[in-house]
Amino acid sequence: MNAKEKILANIKNNVPAIKEPMPQTNIAHVHFENKEEKFEAALASVGGNAITLSHESIDAFVAKHYPDAKVITSTIDGLTCKNKDANEQDTPHFLEDVDLAIVEGEFGVAENGAVWVKNPKNKHRVLYFIAQRLLIIVPKGALVDTMHEAYERVKFNTSGYGTFISGPSKTADIEQALVIGAHGPTDACVLFV
Amino acid sequence: MSQGHPELAEKFIANDERMHWHDKALWFVRAKRDNASKGVAEWEDLRDCAAKIKMHTIDHLDSYLLEFEKNALAKGIHIHWAYDAQEHNEIVLKLLQEKKVQKLVKSKSMLTEECHLNPYLEAAGIEVVDTDLGERIVQFRKEPPSHIVLPAIHLKKEDVGTTFEEFLHTQKGNSDPTYLTRAARVHLREKFLNADAAMTGVNFGIAETGGFVVCTNEGNADLGAGLPKLHIASMGIEKIIPKLSDLAIFTRLLARSATGQPVTSYTSHYHAPVVGGELHVIIVDNGRSDIIKDKDFRQSLQCIRCGACINTCPVYRRSGGYSYGYTIPGPIGSTLGANRNISLYKTLPFACSLCGSCSNVCPVKIDLDQQLYKHRQTVVAQNLLGFKKHTILKVATWVMKHPKILDFSGKMARAIVPKLPRSIVYSKANLWGKQRELPPFPKQSFKEAYQAKKGDRK
Ligand code: SF4
Repeated sequence: MNAKEKILANIKNNVPAIKEPMPQTNIAHVHFENKEEKFEAALASVGGNAITLSHESIDAFVAKHYPDAKVITSTIDGLTCKNKDANEQDTPHFLEDVDLAIVEGEFGVAENGAVWVKNPKNKHRVLYFIAQRLLIIVPKGALVDTMHEAYERVKFNTSGYGTFISGPSKTADIEQALVIGAHGPTDACVLFV
Repeated sequence: MSQGHPELAEKFIANDERMHWHDKALWFVRAKRDNASKGVAEWEDLRDCAAKIKMHTIDHLDSYLLEFEKNALAKGIHIHWAYDAQEHNEIVLKLLQEKKVQKLVKSKSMLTEECHLNPYLEAAGIEVVDTDLGERIVQFRKEPPSHIVLPAIHLKKEDVGTTFEEFLHTQKGNSDPTYLTRAARVHLREKFLNADAAMTGVNFGIAETGGFVVCTNEGNADLGAGLPKLHIASMGIEKIIPKLSDLAIFTRLLARSATGQPVTSYTSHYHAPVVGGELHVIIVDNGRSDIIKDKDFRQSLQCIRCGACINTCPVYRRSGGYSYGYTIPGPIGSTLGANRNISLYKTLPFACSLCGSCSNVCPVKIDLDQQLYKHRQTVVAQNLLGFKKHTILKVATWVMKHPKILDFSGKMARAIVPKLPRSIVYSKANLWGKQRELPPFPKQSFKEAYQAKKGDRK
């Protein structure tokens, strides 16, 4: 028998005759009166921030808030602030000098400040992690209460990559002291547009 | 293990100041967990549901594993099966050698710790870099992780400072956590960019989609796996969940239980390799399928490795991760270790006060304290207790079975012990009194006091 057969045979032998049924997973859960407010508070608690753009353009916002960012890339078409094409090469290492990545998020989750990011047009998933700073553009009003609604919208019928991003990368591995900016972006702003 | 938990714990508690510091550090994390869980009204429903999903999956594990494999293959993910640690390590090495990998970056995976993968690969000439900050710190120091979520929780920032001075040439005497973290960031970026392959663990394998989820705060798993062309993920068979939507339950519980955050910074779903790359998943048994057989211990396979039971454990907090002598410390490690080898880990079921706090915080409701209680019985039944403890318990059992003799010995003890010199009362035979003071002996036994009270009432 090979390993697979051995493992499966052993499991079959060992599982009980009376088996646990699959429980109902759509349990009753919290709904927030003001999702925007909850999202902002949750994101702030993990070191991120959320801003709603009123009439300003994304380009103007970037010019104002990221004056030091030299290398700017984006998966969004039509931005004039962008000066590097994130999909230009097949090997992702050329993204190492990116100061600011402006990427698209589909929706935010109010309970935990996470944004669902899955973009087949973005060739290199590492972009979300290698950039020094991250700006996630989310459509205004695209917010759900909890992870329950979030997973109603997340699909993987075909192959791909997607991630929930909740604030910047962080660590507390040295004496439990929270340090923002471990390996990934040192700041992560969610911009509702 | 030549030394048991009491001997190893003794070393840790020798430094009283540090022991209390360690205790406080973990209690701080436990308190954050309490706060986070209280913020979710449906918390108990989530735990209930999570426990049931896991048990259901274990009861049908053969079919869910096959479903996972089928769907993963359809998405271009390679699947391997490893019966034990040795097979797992051989598969990894073969994959690395086929691609001529010299430099490997790894994100946290307790499974690869369990398989002792690092020394195996290093012996074959491969550079292995653990990229989780805590793991990198202990790797520099040639120590194993002392906690499954907080690998360097036993170290003070000054310890990290001196370690980094030696390996990363940081400023002498600078132990500022932000400064040290930045130094590690620069050091590890270089490692990420030059790696030929990446390895990650798996938090959840999804049968329905054939993909898997990795949760980190640092972003090291994604940064590591996103650059080289080869990504190998090691997954214990118990990591499977049936459906993608089940993740709603687990992602709501995991980080809140682990560190008190509402969710980890990154919850990444892998369902494809990087552009032009390969993604391999190794499904590892290494003794897990044997545990299914035993209804008393089956629940231990529900574990999602959040570490909450460890943070809350009064024994762990005061004895440290290394006192267990097993890859996973704390209550969950004690039951898993005892399951693996009861004679080797015979002291672990006793590294427990049976307070039950672990079972109360466990997000998947594993009956940890009950399991440890049952392991103790096996230790006794298999005559593994050790002569001294065994004899004391034997005598105690005999005395308790004979009420007259119990009354008499109680009376004698109350009369004699207070008059004895300390050197005799706290002699070597008094294991209990080693670090503890006996309470003052009362004049009467409870029975006598009760009888007297009853007499008064009449
Ligand atoms: S046993 Fe429960 S509390 Fe302990 S690590 Fe596993 S899931 Fe967490």
